[in-house]
Amino acid sequence: MEHQSRWFRLFIHLMALLVALIILMPLAWLFVMSISSNADLSAKPLRWWPNEIDISRYATLFDRSDNSAGQAFMASLFNSIKVAGMATIAAIMVAIPAGWALSRNPRLGWVLGGIIATYMLPPVALSIPLYFILAKFGLLNNVFGLGLVYLSILAPFVTWLLKSGFDPIPKDLERAAAIDGARLDQMLRIVILPLAMPVIATATIFAFLLAWDEFFYALLFTSNQDAKTLTVAIADLAGGRVSDYGLIATAGVIAALPPVLIGILMQRSLISGLTNGGVKG
Amino acid sequence: MFSERMSPRALLLMLPLVLVMIAVIGWPLVDTIRLSMTDARLAGTSGEFIGADNYTKTVSSRNFQSAFWATMRFSVWSVSIELVLGVLVALLLNQRFYGRTLLRALMILPWALPTVVNATLWRLIYNPEYGALNALLTQIGMLDAYRSWLGEPSSAMTALIVADVWKNFPLVALIALAALQAVPKDIRAAAISDGANAWKRFRYVIMPYLIGPLMVALVLRTIEAFKVFDLIWIMTRGGPANSTRSLSILVYQEAFAFQRVGSGASLALIITLIITVLAVAYLMIMRRFAGEAR
Repeated sequence: MEHQSRWFRLFIHLMALLVALIILMPLAWLFVMSISSNADLSAKPLRWWPNEIDISRYATLFDRSDNSAGQAFMASLFNSIKVAGMATIAAIMVAIPAGWALSRNPRLGWVLGGIIATYMLPPVALSIPLYFILAKFGLLNNVFGLGLVYLSILAPFVTWLLKSGFDPIPKDLERAAAIDGARLDQMLRIVILPLAMPVIATATIFAFLLAWDEFFYALLFTSNQDAKTLTVAIADLAGGRVSDYGLIATAGVIAALPPVLIGILMQRSLISGLTNGGVKG
Repeated sequence: MFSERMSPRALLLMLPLVLVMIAVIGWPLVDTIRLSMTDARLAGTSGEFIGADNYTKTVSSRNFQSAFWATMRFSVWSVSIELVLGVLVALLLNQRFYGRTLLRALMILPWALPTVVNATLWRLIYNPEYGALNALLTQIGMLDAYRSWLGEPSSAMTALIVADVWKNFPLVALIALAALQAVPKDIRAAAISDGANAWKRFRYVIMPYLIGPLMVALVLRTIEAFKVFDLIWIMTRGGPANSTRSLSILVYQEAFAFQRVGSGASLALIITLIITVLAVAYLMIMRRFAGEAR
């Protein structure tokens, strides 16, 4: 093995500590802001830990009484869940058969290339006609309409992920099932799906996080509590008249919690998805 | 029996996806092309055909040129720093030290943080009066007077780049780490016993394993950075004095704030063209890389 001097080991540990601090400090500060009183947040010199822990803003945001800040915030939270949920389910449903067909027909490689290229399209290239289409069908400021628009991001992305996830599943099982006279839907349901479950689960999570994160379309196509998503609500808080920085931070903590928890819990499969998905083609 | 020929069954399986993609991608894209050749406005007129006028006007306009260079500055700086930092941190994570598993786990956090929350967080950190950056730099004596980091054209772009790098370098590090772990241990050991120094080991032993995944990360990150909207919209809205206005922000303003849908569409297609070139580069790298892996 490589001989490592004491100084080298010390250097490595110091660097590791530095990286950990760089990653943790901004996140910790977001949390500290959310539990600090306004007096602490505007104190000079700034207090890095509040005199008294103040969790009232969490109560404010979860308070759903009429016309309160909490009501608007909670509405946007539910809208985000609805939009991301609908778009994810629809994307998975169209992507499973398509991803499987692409995985089993190497000749469709150019189709896959096209799908990956559409995933990379900038949203601005579609946004103007999508606005007119939604307006025409009365789907502006509507969670269903926004979910439909999100399919333009999620469907190609999930198909791409599933295709590379299906590739390692051996074809022999399908052959055997075909010889036994299984119909197409039976083959998918009984033979493929159980084997592909982990892949589908990872793809579902990626898709949901992608939709949860989306901001541009939501900013364009929603205007009030009926459909506004969490990302737009936070942008409103950050850019608006609110001068309660702690409240903005609290909204950020709440919006970040689901994806961060998923990230921590599903770390292993997420990392392998992140590092392999893009490489496999 | 499935792979030999393209069966009608494959087409049937593709059908739902194809229908969805025509409805939400194909049709809008074609319509953007049509709109880009009209003088349509968001409300009211559906627009007359005016040929390539929008394109010639857009490309020669100062707004486009400044937005193009702002986007380039943002993308080139963010992505290069992310790659260098990502590789360095991956090399670190590949060493043995106490808490290595924990540090690897921490790397997922910035990735998981929603972009909008990241932008909001950094906007608060850069706040000219109550921001943590001013407080920190003053308390350790590196800054005399509080600054408006996002309010001054000289620092706004740098501040945005820092926020983007913080969120994205951990992902590059994880990708690079996965590649490093694929380097066979005996090859490294052999290089050491042959007396290769650290740089030579990196260049000739490790680099061949890193280069493929890094190229993929480079192109994907560049495409993402070139589309940047959320981060800038929340932190600066393209200001101050339009110094951070990216191409996507410009399209938004043109098409939806000023309602000039025709010229907004032409601008959107110019961005699309640039990204298509990058996407083709990506697909070619993938093909080469997949060929080598086999």
